[in-house]
This record gives sequence, C-alpha cells and structure tokens, in this order.
Amino acid sequence: MAKPKVAFYWCASCGGCEEAVVDLAEGVLKVVEAVDIVFWPVALDFKRSDVQAMPDGAIDVAFINGAIRMSEQEAMAKLLRKKSKLVIAYGACAYQGGIPGLANLTDKETILEYVYHQSPSTTDGTGVRPQTHTTVPEGELELPEFYETVKTLDQVIDVDYYLPGCPPTGKITFQAIEAILAGKLPEKGAVLAGDRALCYECDLNSTKPEKLLVSDLKRVHQVIVDREKCLLAQGILCLGPVTRGGCEAPCVKGGMPCTGCFGPLDLVRDYGGKALSAMASIVDTTDEKVLAKIFEAVPDPAGTFYRYSVPASLLARKRKAA
Amino acid sequence: MADAGKHVYLVERDPTIGGHMAKFDKTFPTLDCAACILTPKMSMVRAHPNITLWTYSEVTHVEGYVGNFKVKVKRKPRYIHEELCTGCLACVDACVYKDARYPDEFNLGLGKRKPIYIPFAQATPLVVLIDPETCIQFKSGKCKKTCVEACAERRAIDFEQREETKEIEVGTIILSTGFQVFDAKRIPNYGYGIYPNVYTALEIERLINASGPTAGEVVLRDGRKPQTVGIIHCVGSRDENTNRWCSRVCCMYSLKLAHLLKEHTGAEVYNFYIDIRTPGKGFEEFYDRLLKEGVHFIRGRVAEVTDWAMTPDEEGKLVIRAEDTLAGFVRRVPVDLVVLSVGLEGHADAEDVRRTFNITCSTEGFFLERHPKLAPVDTFTDGIFLAGCCQGPKDIPDTVAQAGAAAAQCMALIDRGYMEIEPNTAWIEEELCSGCHVCIAMCPYTAIHFDAQKKVAVLNEALCKGCGTCVAACPSGAAQQNLFRDEQLFAEVEGVLV
Amino acid sequence: MNKRFDPSIVGFFCNWCTYLAADLAGTSRMKYAPNVRVVRTMCSGRVDPQMILWAFRHGADGVLIGGCHPGDCHYQEGNYKALRRITLLRTMLPQFGIEPERLRLEWISASEGERLRDVVNEFTEQIRRLGPLRTEAAPKAALAA
Repeated sequence: MAKPKVAFYWCASCGGCEEAVVDLAEGVLKVVEAVDIVFWPVALDFKRSDVQAMPDGAIDVAFINGAIRMSEQEAMAKLLRKKSKLVIAYGACAYQGGIPGLANLTDKETILEYVYHQSPSTTDGTGVRPQTHTTVPEGELELPEFYETVKTLDQVIDVDYYLPGCPPTGKITFQAIEAILAGKLPEKGAVLAGDRALCYECDLNSTKPEKLLVSDLKRVHQVIVDREKCLLAQGILCLGPVTRGGCEAPCVKGGMPCTGCFGPLDLVRDYGGKALSAMASIVDTTDEKVLAKIFEAVPDPAGTFYRYSVPASLLARKRKAA
Repeated sequence: MADAGKHVYLVERDPTIGGHMAKFDKTFPTLDCAACILTPKMSMVRAHPNITLWTYSEVTHVEGYVGNFKVKVKRKPRYIHEELCTGCLACVDACVYKDARYPDEFNLGLGKRKPIYIPFAQATPLVVLIDPETCIQFKSGKCKKTCVEACAERRAIDFEQREETKEIEVGTIILSTGFQVFDAKRIPNYGYGIYPNVYTALEIERLINASGPTAGEVVLRDGRKPQTVGIIHCVGSRDENTNRWCSRVCCMYSLKLAHLLKEHTGAEVYNFYIDIRTPGKGFEEFYDRLLKEGVHFIRGRVAEVTDWAMTPDEEGKLVIRAEDTLAGFVRRVPVDLVVLSVGLEGHADAEDVRRTFNITCSTEGFFLERHPKLAPVDTFTDGIFLAGCCQGPKDIPDTVAQAGAAAAQCMALIDRGYMEIEPNTAWIEEELCSGCHVCIAMCPYTAIHFDAQKKVAVLNEALCKGCGTCVAACPSGAAQQNLFRDEQLFAEVEGVLV
Repeated sequence: MNKRFDPSIVGFFCNWCTYLAADLAGTSRMKYAPNVRVVRTMCSGRVDPQMILWAFRHGADGVLIGGCHPGDCHYQEGNYKALRRITLLRTMLPQFGIEPERLRLEWISASEGERLRDVVNEFTEQIRRLGPLRTEAAPKAALAA
C-alpha cells in the first residue's frame, strides 16, 4: 500500500506550530517513515505550482496552521482543500484565530496607520503603504490583500478536524497522526485532544478547597506563586477550568496560569464568555464597589478571556463604526 | 409526632427543657399558672417511649438532605450519669457548701444555687448537674466530695465525665431554638444595672412566682414592698436605635404583670406605652379589665429613669420622665419599682446555627421561613422546619400552633416516604466534568460536592432547587439544567429575535 | 425614510421577581414599550454571559437582565452571581465596540409592575438613542455543539 501523502502549510502564525512538528524529535522519523510529505514550504522546497499540478484529492491529509489574515492565505487554504481528502486545522490560530486574531479588537486602518506611520521604528517618512498592485518598469507586482478581519480556517474552508494548542503538543500531534494512519478517526469536526477541561489532568487540582472562591484576583507578576497550590485558588486567573485538556498542564507545572490555548470544550459556544462567567462567579463579594475594584485586576478582559479565540467568538471582532 | 409513632430526638441546649415558659408565673390572658400547664407536658416528654431526650446538648454538625440527615450532637458533661440519678437531691443537700451561694441562672441571678444543683424543682429530666466553674473539686481537686458519699449507693456522680458526641440519622428536623431577651443595658438611660430597683419583666416573673427566689413576695432588693410601679413598654422594640420590630408579646405580658403586681402588692401601676397592641382572643378584654382596675396608662416613650429628685416626693424614688403625648406635656412619675418590658430578639449565635443547618437567617437574627404566607414553617432547606420565636417573636399559643404545623409537615414527609423535587433541577454530565470545583461554591443548598474518587463534581438532585446558577458558571458545559439547558436557552434567544 | 429605529431587546427575567413584575404590569393593563422580548430563567444567576453575547450576535440591540433585589433572591444569592458576571462583562463590551449601556442589570421585585414598565420604557429609549447594534457575524463562528 502506498504511504499516505501529507502536506503542511502555514498561514498567519508565528511558526511555532511548525516547530511542534519538528519537536516530535525521534518521533518525526517514524512519521517520515510512515508518510510521504508532498508539501512543506517551511522545511522542503516545494512550490505552489507543485500543488496546483496535483490532481484533486491527491493529498491524503493537509495540516494547516495559522489564521487567515491575508488573501494569499485564503487562496492557499482553498487550494489545499481542493487537493486534500482531509484538512486539519493545526494549532490555536487555525482553530480559533489565535494570537493574530487579537487584531480583530482593532481594525485594518488602525493597524496600517500605526505600522506604516506612527510606530517609532518607521523612519522613512514616506508614508507609503503596501498596495495589492504596483506597476514598476519591469511589469506589475502583486501583493496579497491585508484583510479587515482575521478569520479562523473553518471560516474560509471546510475543516475536518482540529488540533488545538499554541502550539499543539507533540503528544496530541502524534496521536492524531497515529489515528489517521490507523484509520481510527472520530466523527468529522472533532477536536483531537482531551474531552474534559484541564483541571481534570492538573496535579494541583487536588489542592483546591471544596468551595472555590477568591476574595481577590491577582495578575501573575504581582504575586509569588505557590507552586504547590492551585493557581486559581490563589486568586491567579488560571483558565484551566474552561480550557480543553490534553496538554498535561505544562504551563501550570512551570508556575504559569493556563491562558486557554486549547480552546473551549464541545458544549461551550463562546470560550471567552464562558471563561468570563466562571471567573466572575468565584469572586466572593456581594458589594458592587468591591467587585469593581477586584475586576481592576483584569484590565484587558477581551485579551484575557479571548486570547486565542476572538475570531471564533460570537462577536468575532470589534464592531465597525456605523 | 411521638404520639404518631415517630421517633423524636429532642435536643436541648439547657440542662432542662421548658424554655422561657417555665420561668413565667401566669399566662396571659387567662392567668393560668404557667408551670401547671407546662410541667405535665414536660413529664410526658420525658416518659414518652418515642422520645429520646438529650438536654444539655447541642447540634454541632448536620449533613445530608431531607430524609437522610446525619446529625452530630454534642452532649456536654453534667458530671452525673443521667441514667443513674434519681433526682433525690441527697447530693445537693450533702454539698460541702451548706448554703447556696452562686447566682442561679434559672432565677436570672435573683436566687442562689450550689455548685451541684438542679435548675428548678420541676426540671426535666430531674437530674442534677455540677457546675465546674464553682465546684471545689474542679477548682482545686481537694474537696471532701460529700456529694459522692451521699450518692455512694448509686454512684451517679462522675467527675471524670467527658463531653460526648452522638451521631444520629433523622429524616426531618424542626428548629425551635427560641429567642433571647433584649439586654436592657443597651439603653443606659433606663438605668438597668445602675439602679437596683430597675428590673426586667422576666425578673419580675420570677419575683411574682411562688416557686421563685422570694417565694412569690414582690420585694425590692432592699426588702421594701413597692407602692408605685412603672412599667416601660417597648424596651428594645420599635426603636430605631436598637430593634425596629414589634416584639408582639410585651403589651400582653406587661398588662399581665401590671395586674399581678397590683394584686400582689396593691401598688399603683403606671404603664408607659407607645401603642397598646392587643390583637388576640380575650386580649383587648383583659386590657379593658385593667383600665377598670385602675391601672394607669400613659402614652409616651420614656426618655429616662433617674434617681435625681426635683421635689420632696421624688426623694428616694426612681423618677420616670416621659412625654404624655395624649395630654401634651412632660410627666415625671416617681416610682419604687421600674419594670422594663424587654423585647425579643434572635439568639446571638443564630448565624452559627443558620450555618450548621444551612438555612437562611434575616439580618434581625430570626430564621427565614420559605414563604411568609404559604410556607411559614418551612425553611429553604427541604426537611428542616421552624417553630416558635426563632422564626420571629410570637406568643405561646402561636408557638404551639406553629410547632403543630411543623410536626404535621414533618409527618407528611415521613409518611409519604418519598419526595417530589422541582422539575428544573440541574445535573452534571460525569464524563464531561473536570472536577474544577467552580460549581460547588455556586450552590446555596450544598447540593454539589466533589467526589475525590471520581475526581468530578456530583450533584444531589434531592437538594437542588433548580436555580441554574451552577450551570451558568460551569466552564465546560458539563452542568446542565432540566427545562433550561444551554441549548434550549440559545434557541429561545434566537427565537425571540426573529 | 424617516422611520423611527425600533430596537430589539432581549430580556432575561427571573421567574420569581422580574417575570412576575412583568406579569403584574400586564394584568394591571399597563402600557409600555413592546421592544423587550422576554426569556424566562428561574434565576438571574442562570444567565450565562454566553447567552448575552449570543443575543447580541443574533440581532439584539440591547440586553436587559431582571433579578430579585439583593437579599431577596428566591435562591438566596443567585442575583449576586449575576451581578458578578454582568459587571465583568460590561467592562469587556467596549473592547468589542459595544457600549456597556446596551447591557443592563436591574433588580425588579414581583410587586414592582410600575418599575418594570418604567425600566423597559427607559431602557428602550436609551437603546433607541444608541442606535442599532450590528455585530459582524463571522460566517461560521462557534458552531452549536
């Protein structure tokens, strides 16, 4: 039997997801042995035309990471969709919008204005902004369009499975590949990680008091973290209760709270809304003024509760002025 | 309930049952002797085969839910083996203290008792107890222990007795923890604790009582018989500075005391009142009778009680100064005896009791009934009911009626043997729950607990009242509510926006 | 063309207080703005911020949550939990370009039919002044489970 053909591609992302594949270490050799990598621009020399030349459905699995921020990414995503039997949204950005998705809390004009005019490092003073089409003596040059709104992968193409994480851990990546190889995939649309929230697999969960209530919220730089005790019980906003497990809590083990990169559980429709609800609920006061004071510890609620999921959220982006 | 064949554990904090009523002389308005109607009931309780009577005991812990409460009862040491003591009192007679010399709680300090004593003659159970604070054996360990000699045959006295904790399982609970009387010292201008002849109404009950410290002689602390008496109503009631509520019984007992004091001493009696509130069978008639008996009524809140005489006839007397709001001027009334009609309030530790039983308590310190009209003896916790003044000030017949209602409610639950629960309870999907604990603190009914074995939260549907607060908080969507599932509410919102 | 903007408002009313107040307003034949479409919950503590966002996402111009007065909650403290969530949610809405005034929490007891009328009228006017809220619905955001 021929080895399955696999493609890797990146859209709006930091490259960390590619690292994650490399981080499989010796495991990657097993993967390489088992599959035939037909497209991986980061590591191997393939061109877009190579993909275009393939017949439709020629690729067995395409792992696409990164959000959709520009027209080129959308075009590549659509191309890969056409050529692939399975498309997997790989990592928080492809899945929920990720860090690039935070740009949806502002707008294109503000971003371009800052980057090409106001930022201290912009010194050429020309005020030139990138154009999609530029005519030069040699001919016409084309650049991809910078979109107003960052989208998740499944907002532009049909996605079969999701691998969450910033980046996905080696373990869940490997498990996914194994499942594909074995042909043991769950129902389409599934998120290939834990079924329960992170607390379930967190070592510190056993240190929680029966009634989890906090009289104050603290930001991680304001306190010396007791690493033997549940961070949330210490008043540190740890999103472990809201976030899908499967990562085995490396952040918490390192003394940092969960920020939610594995995204919501199946029954949650809006990660940030749910996170906000859970965190507000455990603040133990009935006094409105005290409450407002405590919430000052969350100066950026959208960035806190939707760090990886603004584009996938119900509101999706900052409302455009009417 | 015991008569209906249910087994009842009666837990009483004091060494004897009887409560405040045992201290009263007569009852309003029939002037029945309180002890005569109460003590036979007390004896019946003691003798009843279906009643386990634990006095000098307190409930320390309650867990479980309706039909399945587990209750821990702390039994304080009396230093007497209850089952061995016959109440012969030979030990009390034999005590090395020939005379009683310690203030006696039952008589509010107006009488004296020994370190080994019974609270009062008809105490139930009639079992002595030793007060370790005053007993020489406890203080120095060097007593001749004449009491032990006196009890040589039965050997009921045991200085080594320790506090004991009993665990019982019960299906329903009735709380009838009663009230505490307002501390008259909180209104210093009435002179309680300053002038010896200012008494609280409860103290007067003991003074009038034939079995009281003065054998029913109403004499002042200096031995004189009062010739004029002033009764000040609403002390610690209807007062913005202390308690705002009407204590509901003070008008009646003040009228009763006015009558009894006049009868016992022939004194002139002045009542200072805000309003006379006598809404009850025979109540207003009693008030009328007093008006005919020549008891004086002055409408006005008393400003102060003072011993500062301004005229010769005020010398050596207590002067009650009050505005007579009917006549429109300020009166000074010199009297020998001032009676403060103190109000009723919740126990100082009502909040602790509330927490132990997981019920609600108003800010005034009275336990909250589930509904003021339709469920006046129920609490918000199923299977726990209220009777008497712990729910709010009330008189004896109302208390008896409420106790009957609470008993009936308990029996209805016990005899049916099952519970109907709200249709809109919550549940937790075990396979989805991460055991994050967020929901547990949401529940005001302690219906959710953490199962350390399964590492998930478990919801007890019998305790759930179906508010859905845990569901809104549940970060994984594992908690859901019947009739109000997330999915249903999302659909409903979409529906109303079409 | 000059048609007056008629806002859509979702009201989450608790079963024991505000919903009964609405009932009372109705049986008392009070007239008030028809803009609030009511979703009954047992307690204001059941209102999940997700529901509020869902309402905004699906065309609500404002969301009104009605609960029992503090201390009067039928479920003891559910209204306080609503207060916690909505207070925090209101601090976040501006980051999404939504005026916090579009989300309001009110304590309206079962006997306050008139107050319900006044709050609904007043809130409707307020939303009318703020104008329509159009969130950009992403093509396939957060599918139902």
